[in-house]
Amino acid sequence: MTETIAHHDEHRDDEASKLGIWLFIFTELLLFGGLFVTYAVYRHAHPQAFHMAAQQLDVVIGTINTVILLISSMTIAMATTAIQKKDKRTTLILIVITLVLALVFLINKYFEWGAKIDHGIYPGSPLLEELGSGDTLFFGLYFFMTGLHALHIIIGMVLIAVILVRVRKGKITFDNFQLLENGGLYWHLVDLIWIFLFPLLYLIT
Amino acid sequence: MSDTTHHIVPYRTYALILLLLLVLTGASVAVTQIELTRWATVVALLIASTKSGIVLAIFMHLKFDQPVYRVMTISVVLLLIVVIVFTFFDYGFR
Repeated sequence: MTETIAHHDEHRDDEASKLGIWLFIFTELLLFGGLFVTYAVYRHAHPQAFHMAAQQLDVVIGTINTVILLISSMTIAMATTAIQKKDKRTTLILIVITLVLALVFLINKYFEWGAKIDHGIYPGSPLLEELGSGDTLFFGLYFFMTGLHALHIIIGMVLIAVILVRVRKGKITFDNFQLLENGGLYWHLVDLIWIFLFPLLYLIT
Repeated sequence: MSDTTHHIVPYRTYALILLLLLVLTGASVAVTQIELTRWATVVALLIASTKSGIVLAIFMHLKFDQPVYRVMTISVVLLLIVVIVFTFFDYGFR
């Protein structure tokens, strides 16, 4: 589509495009905000069970994933700087690093979930039924919130992969990089959500 | 194209911000692992809020962008705070 329409009379509104991604980010903040409130209320209702359950999460994996996401946020932010400096090569390298870090995050998540499932902890498992409603609620929220977050990572990776191709093909350039900036904004949102998920689930026991 | 005011954030700024975020992450892990009981929760959440403020301001360019984005973001955060406070008025005094 864009190949045929990309003439000099191309219609473009970068500011509106950025406003659009921000409005989407606000809906996402409210979505996860609602989940955080749900978590807080159930934690308030089952303090002992949440305390015991949270201690079973691996703080080391949680911390590693936090560091990975923070670094990836920096690399995608730097990619915008690189494209503005007309440095296509650095832009591409930074985007690839971001993608690799996102993949490592998901691999860690795979092992983390796998270990929980191996121990018989998964939504609707007989073990959780035995442990009672507090543990069921904690791990239900754990799987739902980290799962929804992981889904956002996957969507972000697809988006960033599209951006990678467009930079390579020269469709995203120093004077036309709004898609790269918007992709970055979305990626920072994913980081932002994790900044709260990490202490709520892993640290506060 | 007409966007000549577009701010180019230097690599150095981003690197320093990452360093700051990593230090804050380390601090929140340390505080909660030492077990200061109730205060650990408060400190961990305060650190998380600080980190998200830094991400919003620098990585997400709110500091350099037009004021409208700051106003909207602050409004959404206030809305979230109102929801959280009201929920806890409800559940805290049952």
